[in-house]
Amino acid sequence: MSANRTAMLEKLEELRAEQDKAVEAGGKYIARHKERGKLTARERIELLVDEDSAFLELMPLAGWGSDFAVGASLVTGIGVVEGVECMIVANDPTVKGGALNPWSVKKSFRAADIAAQNGLPTINLTESGGADLPTQKEIFIPGGRGFRDLTRSSARKIPTVSVVFGNSTAGGAYVPGMSDYVIMVKEQAKVFLAGPPLVKMATGEETDDESLGGAEMHSRISGSSDFLAVDEYDAIRLARRVVARLNWRKAGVIPGSPAATGDYAEPDFDPEDLLDLIPSDLKEPFDPREAILRIVDGVSTGSTTGHDNAVAFDEFKPLYGTALCVGWARLHGHPIGILANARGVLMSEEAQKAAQFIQLANQKDTPLLFLHNTTGYMVGKDYEQGGIIKHGAQMINAVSNSTVPHLTVIMGASYGAGNYGMNGRAYDPRFLFTWPSAKSSVMGPAQLAGVMEIVARQSAESKGQPFDAEGFKPIKEMVETQIEEQSLPYVLSGMVYDDGVIDPRDTRTVLGICLSVIANQPIQGEMNFGVFRL
Amino acid sequence: MTLRDASSLGSAGTITRLLVANRGEIARRVFATCRRLGIATVAVHSDADVGLPFVTDADTAVRLPGNTPAETYLRADLVLEAALRTGADAIHPGYGFLSENADFARAVIEAGLTWVGPAPESIEQMGSKIESKKLMEAAGVPVLGNLTPETATEADLPMLVKASAGGGGRGMRVVRRLAHLSGEVDKASAEAASAFGDGTVFVEPYVERGRHVEVQVVGHAGGALVLGERDCSVQRRHQKVVEEAPAPHLPAATRAALHEAARAAAVAIDYRGAGTVEFLYDAEVDRFFFLEMNTRLQVEHPVTELVHGVDLVELQLQVAEGRAVDVTETAPHGCAVEVRLYAEDPAADYQPQSGRLTRFEIPADVEFGPLTGAGARLDSGFVSGSEVSTHYDAMLAKLIIWAPTRDAALRRTVGALRQAELHGLRTNREQLLEILQHPDVVAGTMTTALLADEDDALVGAGKDLPDGPEAQARAFFAATVAATAEQTSRRRVQQRIPSGWRNVEAAPRTLALDVAGTQVQVGWVRTRGGFAMVDVYDEVAGVTAPDPTPIAGVVGGWRVVVQHDGVTFPHDVFVVGDRVDVETPTGHVAVRRVPRFVDPADQVAEGSLLAPMPGSVVGVRVEVGDQVVEGQTLVVMEAMKMQHTVAAPYAGTVTELPASEGQQVEAGAVLAVVTAPEATEGD
Repeated sequence: MSANRTAMLEKLEELRAEQDKAVEAGGKYIARHKERGKLTARERIELLVDEDSAFLELMPLAGWGSDFAVGASLVTGIGVVEGVECMIVANDPTVKGGALNPWSVKKSFRAADIAAQNGLPTINLTESGGADLPTQKEIFIPGGRGFRDLTRSSARKIPTVSVVFGNSTAGGAYVPGMSDYVIMVKEQAKVFLAGPPLVKMATGEETDDESLGGAEMHSRISGSSDFLAVDEYDAIRLARRVVARLNWRKAGVIPGSPAATGDYAEPDFDPEDLLDLIPSDLKEPFDPREAILRIVDGVSTGSTTGHDNAVAFDEFKPLYGTALCVGWARLHGHPIGILANARGVLMSEEAQKAAQFIQLANQKDTPLLFLHNTTGYMVGKDYEQGGIIKHGAQMINAVSNSTVPHLTVIMGASYGAGNYGMNGRAYDPRFLFTWPSAKSSVMGPAQLAGVMEIVARQSAESKGQPFDAEGFKPIKEMVETQIEEQSLPYVLSGMVYDDGVIDPRDTRTVLGICLSVIANQPIQGEMNFGVFRL
Repeated sequence: MTLRDASSLGSAGTITRLLVANRGEIARRVFATCRRLGIATVAVHSDADVGLPFVTDADTAVRLPGNTPAETYLRADLVLEAALRTGADAIHPGYGFLSENADFARAVIEAGLTWVGPAPESIEQMGSKIESKKLMEAAGVPVLGNLTPETATEADLPMLVKASAGGGGRGMRVVRRLAHLSGEVDKASAEAASAFGDGTVFVEPYVERGRHVEVQVVGHAGGALVLGERDCSVQRRHQKVVEEAPAPHLPAATRAALHEAARAAAVAIDYRGAGTVEFLYDAEVDRFFFLEMNTRLQVEHPVTELVHGVDLVELQLQVAEGRAVDVTETAPHGCAVEVRLYAEDPAADYQPQSGRLTRFEIPADVEFGPLTGAGARLDSGFVSGSEVSTHYDAMLAKLIIWAPTRDAALRRTVGALRQAELHGLRTNREQLLEILQHPDVVAGTMTTALLADEDDALVGAGKDLPDGPEAQARAFFAATVAATAEQTSRRRVQQRIPSGWRNVEAAPRTLALDVAGTQVQVGWVRTRGGFAMVDVYDEVAGVTAPDPTPIAGVVGGWRVVVQHDGVTFPHDVFVVGDRVDVETPTGHVAVRRVPRFVDPADQVAEGSLLAPMPGSVVGVRVEVGDQVVEGQTLVVMEAMKMQHTVAAPYAGTVTELPASEGQQVEAGAVLAVVTAPEATEGD
């Protein structure tokens, strides 16, 4: 076994352990919840999606490294329900009663963004005690967006379904309130603006949960519920029937295309090799073409749909700006353009090549995949004088204003403005995933610590003080360690700066799902960019 | 010109277009010979049979409106009209239905058509068992003495009451206590009257340990050919199940005497065409007795064809056309075994089964024709996808094996039956396998009492599942993998994203299977390139399978190669709707996918009694509100020509009674609901 593989397998073990924290976040409350005859959030999702459907869980490590449980008391992801790709958002009632903390809010907003950008129907599986009150100041004001998103989705003809399994009170009542279809579970759902104690305080009225917000009441009297489910299974059955009747059509699928017919080949090289490919030390470069050929469709001829794939990856401008490799391929039958760092640094030629390539993709309405392994844009006198800023700006201009869907995978390094130019989180890729080998920060930890030392030395010198290099050493080491830690994928994932850390071998499947999801809407490239500083 | 002349000479000499007044495998069997001889073919069919292969096998087919035999295959007038309408110049009656109806034979001949069968007089002479016994006795053929109910004594026991006009075991009852005799006579008479329109019965001594040995004859203008004998001793309730030729362990002198007795019988009535003279052979005393003569082609005729190298249908046609028969009597060559596959559940009182044969593939070298060496011949009325209706005999097919020796033939029959893929309905396959491996059958010493002696233990029960939890778990896992792959193959989106893929594994995917009424949960997860089983039966672990491959040309067919602790077990799985049939390395397992969700509106109330099969309600014995005791008959249904009583499973109150007399119900329809007392109070 290669050293790279050993190192990667170790990281994958860690990943699995971190994911298990999210799965087991409810601890003893999981058993207690089940004893009450209730299903867990994940069990509800398993039942909701088609029996053979994949489920791409998104942001499973949200809240990692925070005071809150890993997963942020929400389970969210994309699954296929009755043949329709849906965004599923399920409260985890075993984690503090499903109370929403600031990370839950961030996670749910990101889920809403994904649903909105890709035109996915949303199914909320609701059972939450509401906001985590100690952190209410971080939740209350921005939290209103959740309800706004639901009704905006509806206005855009993207249906929303709410299945209420338990508490959904106060603000939470607006989740079913704003949804197109509402299903409530008999003797479990509790949907009201104010419970009996608050009502008593406000108006003196004596009442009870069931008459204020029970499923029977809402289904028979208030009309806030469309379906009364006899139990949780029945609620999920009804939700599936609702989705089955959405008459959903994917506007972005070209009939007869390989993506529509499944007429394409698996990669020419075994994705398993990806574990050997990525160096455990990111200073060692690796050829991204080796990764690309293990992710994209293989060569296929004699296509029944008349769409032969004679070459797996057609590289564009192979002799120019060779530190960035760009070209065309197909992934699960979807045509894509790929930009991958071949040698970490981006120089003027690479930036210009990228800008041109992004425009070409927009010209032909083709999604783009960015594969990161970059240390950033080149620095130095020659490069500054050569216009690295304006060339980098061209690339960032192109990335920013491109309207074809972008997918980003951080394979290795993603430092400095390279993260921006290669379509980092701030540039709104439709999906962004990281490999366990990824690292992201403003610059490499050693460089950053070195820079700090230089700045400190200059500062001391300007004050005419001697610089205590020995004394600065522990500070430098601490900074380096801190930056190193902060650049790790779990930290970034915990802060919802990616959509998940994935096993490199799953990259093809993950991107295949993403491209299929993206095809729910037509792909429309943009030819109108900002001013290119030429 | 006498009528016999008309038949033996034929009206028009050479037959050019032949109508088969029958259905299923026998119609196909006759058509096969006709095709070889260049004779055009006409089928007649009921509405229920419209989709069966015999209808399209024929060059022309004529619909007989309706479904019951009385409306269709027994309507001599309609059959004759069909022949005239289609220009047929001959009619072959097959077996059963009109084959031994002298009036029909006469009408065919009078209409100027060739009747492929004996003269109507011969049918009449042999049609009455009482008369035929007298005739044979006069011709010197040994017969069992006649008894009369009035004079019978204890010493005559056991006795057999038989319908004079009977056949196929109907109207036949064994009497072991003298006191029961008159009652059994009455019952047999009533059964015979309803089945054959003639309530005449007679009583003879019952030979407990007899063998059924019958001799094939072909009467022609120059005499009678004797084409050896068949042993048809393996019977269930007087219906043959396994037949073979030649009969094993028959002393040469006895064999010769049997053949001569059969020849004498045929000659005595100047018999023309194919016929079978049936004898009861008492091996203990080496004596045989004439039972009856069947004046038609027998179901089991293929075993004779295979050991004598003849085509009995061709011989029938030669005789009917007035030609000389072109075969001579020869010693049997090798051994042929026939098994009859029925759509029935031997373990449930041979309850006939109806529905769709989702898959019906039996390995055979030829169909309906001669074999060139050791091998299998299939005479089947059904193919994959055929519907088996409730209106007719439940026989699906005959599998006939020829081999140089009896041992080899039996072993090959076992092998062929095991390889057969029979999905959709219960069949008697497992029973046949048990029979073929029974020591008496292997030794060739079986008697007609074989199945009764085994006290109904030889019914293939308990063979629904492979032995042991490991083989079962593998079968259920294979079913799950195939059902999942089938679902994935029909996806509208993410067509080739791996089934059940997860980036975060929590709970496994599950599929619930109904295994003969018991629910089994199969848990599985996606692996790279395949599936892994989790928690099916706690003790079974380490079971995986790579992605299954479709079986070419079979919709819903998947080959699942299950890996278990380093050993590979290929399973062929067939998914049709909720049905999943698994051909494991050791046998067939049928399971059903349990729907994940049940609409509460579809749930049946506890204590509901469901119709066991489609049929009609012929009696409702209770009213809503009645207190009933356990086992009390609530509703009587009639289906597949049998009555079924639906009884209270426990004492209680009849709270719902959707069944009404005369109502047609589907299988699974709620007939009545009985609520136990405590439940009534609780609610």
